[in-house]
Amino acid sequence: MRFSARIPLQLNVIYGHRHMHQLATAGGGERPLLSLRDINMTFGGVRALKNVSFDVRPGEVHCLAGENGCGKSTLIKIITGVYRPADGASIEFDGETYSHMSPVTAQDRGIQVIWQDLALFPEMSVAENIAFQTVLGRWPKLVDYGRMRQIAKDALARLGVTLDVDLPLKEYAIAQRQIVAIARALVGEAKLVFMDEPTASLTQSETDHLLDIVRGLSASGVAVVFVSHRLAEVLEISSRITVLRDGALVGVYPAASMTQSRITELMTGKTFDQQVRAKSRDGQPAVLDVKGLSRPGQFEDISLTVRRGETLGITGLLGSGRTELALTLFGMLKPASGSISIEGKPIRFSSNRDAIEAGVAYLSEDRLSLGLIQPQPIADNLVISSLDKVLSGGLLSEERKRSLVGRWIADLGVKIGLQQDAISTLSGGNQQRVAIAKWLATDPKLLILDAPTVGVDVGARAGIFDIVARLAESGLAIILISDEVPEVYFNADRVLHMAQGRIVGSYDPRTSSLGDIEGAVYA
Amino acid sequence: MSAVVDRIKNLLGPEMAGPGLAFLAVMLVFGIASPQFLSAATFGSVAFQLPELGLLTLAMLLPILTGGLNLAITFTANIAGLTLAWVLQANGGVDAGLGAFLLGSVLAILVGAVSGVVMGLVIAFTRAHPILVSLSMMIFLRGLGEFLTRGGDVSGFPAFLGPLGHGSFLGLPIPLIAFIVCVLAWHVLLSRTKLGFNTYMIGSNLEATRYSGINTRKVIVLVYALSGAMCAIAGIIMLARFNSVRIGHGESYLLITVLACFLGGVNPFGGFGRVIPVFVALVVLQLLSSGLNLIGANQHLATAVWGLLLAGVMVLRFVATKFKISFVRKET
Repeated sequence: MRFSARIPLQLNVIYGHRHMHQLATAGGGERPLLSLRDINMTFGGVRALKNVSFDVRPGEVHCLAGENGCGKSTLIKIITGVYRPADGASIEFDGETYSHMSPVTAQDRGIQVIWQDLALFPEMSVAENIAFQTVLGRWPKLVDYGRMRQIAKDALARLGVTLDVDLPLKEYAIAQRQIVAIARALVGEAKLVFMDEPTASLTQSETDHLLDIVRGLSASGVAVVFVSHRLAEVLEISSRITVLRDGALVGVYPAASMTQSRITELMTGKTFDQQVRAKSRDGQPAVLDVKGLSRPGQFEDISLTVRRGETLGITGLLGSGRTELALTLFGMLKPASGSISIEGKPIRFSSNRDAIEAGVAYLSEDRLSLGLIQPQPIADNLVISSLDKVLSGGLLSEERKRSLVGRWIADLGVKIGLQQDAISTLSGGNQQRVAIAKWLATDPKLLILDAPTVGVDVGARAGIFDIVARLAESGLAIILISDEVPEVYFNADRVLHMAQGRIVGSYDPRTSSLGDIEGAVYA
Repeated sequence: MSAVVDRIKNLLGPEMAGPGLAFLAVMLVFGIASPQFLSAATFGSVAFQLPELGLLTLAMLLPILTGGLNLAITFTANIAGLTLAWVLQANGGVDAGLGAFLLGSVLAILVGAVSGVVMGLVIAFTRAHPILVSLSMMIFLRGLGEFLTRGGDVSGFPAFLGPLGHGSFLGLPIPLIAFIVCVLAWHVLLSRTKLGFNTYMIGSNLEATRYSGINTRKVIVLVYALSGAMCAIAGIIMLARFNSVRIGHGESYLLITVLACFLGGVNPFGGFGRVIPVFVALVVLQLLSSGLNLIGANQHLATAVWGLLLAGVMVLRFVATKFKISFVRKET
C-alpha cells in the first residue's frame, strides 16, 4: 500500500462496473476485436495482474491508463505474447480463442506494438526501417530494395506523410521517427496497434499531428490502444478509457464522461484538492540575492531574491535558460557578469563544491543520468554529498552511514527494501525522495529543485510537494523550476516566468490566476 | 551467529561466489589428481609466485573500478625498479647500504606515482580513453627503459636484498607478507575511505558523481597515482626476486592481471568489485598453474588453462543468473 489516504479499491470496481454495464447496453451489438478474461500474472511473489479483463472494439481508440507499475506494460506484453499469463486466462482475438499468445502468432494475426523507445535502426534508411520485416526470411535471400522502397512509400502515403525513404533514419527528428514506427506497424497488416507513450518527447504541434494520424488509423478500421501520461490528450483522442491500479482493473469508462482530475483519482485512488500554498515571506531575511547575472546566449540580466522559508517558482519552456541559471547558481557554470550573494555575502563559485559548501543544493532535472548513480546502492547515493558526516576516525563508518540513511529514509517516508539495494530498483517517486534526502543531508540553505516531478507518478507528486512545503516551513529557501505551470502555481510563493534567457513576468499566485500564467508561458 | 555470517557476507560480497567455487574446484581436482598437491611444497611455491602478479593486479584493480584500465603497469614497475637500481649503483652497487635502499625505494615509488599522475591528468582533463592514454604511457616507458638499459639486465645489488625476494619471516615468505599488507591496505582504501567510495561512484557514473559535488578529476588522478605507486612496489619486489632489473620483466603478467580482476568478480565497466575476491582469484590462478606443473603438464599449457577458466567462470555466472530468474518465476 503506497498511500494512507485511499478510496477503497472495491468501491471503484463497483463504480467501474456500473459504467461497463451502461456501455454494454449502449454499444451491445458490437463484437470486440480483442477480449481478455481472467488474466493473472505473478513476478517473484508480486502479483502484477489480478483477474484483469480488457476489451478492445474494432477501430476504436482505447486508452490504457494507470500509474507506473500498475500493470499496463505487463498487460501489453501478455497480449503480444512476450509473457505467458497464469493458467485459466482466455485471450480472444478476431474470433479465435487462445490461452496465451506467442510473439509470432500475435504479429501474424495483426497485433503490433510501438514501444516508447521505438526499436528502430537509426543508421538504416527509412525504407529499410519500415519494410525490413517483409523481406526477411524470403527465398532467394536477396534484398529487393525496389520492393522495400515501394512498400515504405505506400505505408507512409496511408498516413498522409511524405518522407525521403532513402535517407538514414537518424536524419529525422523524433516525431518523424514515431511516424516511421507507425508505418512499420501498418506494413504488418495491423488490426490492433499498441502505442506506448507515443507523445512523451513530442512538441504540441507534433502531438497534434500524431493524434490526427491516430484518428485516421481508427477511421480506416485499425483499433489503437493508447498509453499516455498526458491526460489531456487521452481525453481528446480516445473513446473509452480502461484504468488499472496495482494490477487490478478499476473500471472502463467512456471518455466523454471523464475529466482529468477524475482519471487521476481513479489511477491513484486518492483525491487531490489542489490549493494555492503561497504566503508572503517579505519579512524574512534574504538567503539568495542575484543581481544582473548573465551568461551570453543562455540568460541575460537575471535579478532575483529568495528569502528564508520562501519557495520561488521559475517556469518557462525548454530552452528558456532556466536550467543554465540553476547550474550557475550551483557553481557548475560561470557567469559572465553579475553577482550572487548568499545571506548577504557576495560569493564566487569555482565549482559546485564551493556552492555546496556555501549551502546551495541542486536537484538535477535528469535523475537517471545526473541526479543519482543508478546501479549503486540507495545508501551510497544518499550519503555521497555528505561523506564527512559518516566518517569515524577518518574512515567511513558503516554504522554511521546506516543510521544517517535510516533517519532520512524514515523522515522523508521513502519505501525501500534494503539500504544496499540499487537505487534503480525504486520507483521514480521514491528515487526522487532519496535525491532530496541526499541534498538535505548537506544542510543546505537554498535548495534548487529542477523539474522534481519528471518521471514521478501523479500520486507520488503530491507527496514530493508535501515534503517541499514542509522544508520551506522549516526555513529552507527553495527555487522550484518546472515547465508545468500548475506545479509552480500551486506550490510556490512567487512565480517568475523565463523566456529566451530573461525574466519576463512575475506573478503572485494569490492574486493571479493559473490561466494568466499559462496564457503567458504557452503563448 | 547470523550476525557473524552477515558480517562475513558483507566483507566478501556477492563477487566472492565465482572465485570461491573455483578455489574449491581446483583444490578438489588437483587434490585427487596428485597426492603431492596438498603439501607444504605446493603452497610454498604459490606463496613465492603470488606476490608479483598479485601486486600488479592490485595496481590494475583501481583503474578498472573507475571504468578505466592501466596498460602501463609492468613497465611502470620496471622503470621504478630501474630507479632503485640506479640509486643502489650510485651508492656502491654491491656495497650499497640500507640507507641507499630506502632512499631508492622512496624514489622508485615516487617515479611510479608520477607516471600514474601524468596518465590521470590526461584522462581526467581530456576525457581521452584510459586504454589509449595508458597505452601511450606503456610504449613511452618501454622505449625509455630499453634506451636506458640498452635492452639488457641491470644487476649487482647488495646481498641484504636477497631475503626481500627469497627470505621468510615467521614461516611466511617476505614477498607474501608485503603483498598481504598491500591487499589489506587496498581493502581498507576501497571499503573505508572517501577516495575508495568515490572510486566506485565514478566507475558507475562520472557525471552524476561530479554533480554530487565530488572532485572527480582529483579522484581519477589519485587513483592512477596509487596504481603507479603499487606498480613500483611490485617493481621493488621483482628486483629483489630476480636480483636484476630488465624492462621486459613480467610483461606477460599484464593481461593476466586483467583476467584476475574479472575472475574476482570485478565489473569490466567499473563501479563494482572488491579486493578480497580478487585475492582469492589470484590464489586460484597460482594453484592451478602449480597443480598442472605437478601432474607434469607444460608450463605454457597452464596459461591456456587460465584462459579457459575465465571463459568458464563467465559462462557459469551467466547460467547462474539465468537459473536464478527462472527459478524465482517457477516458484511463484
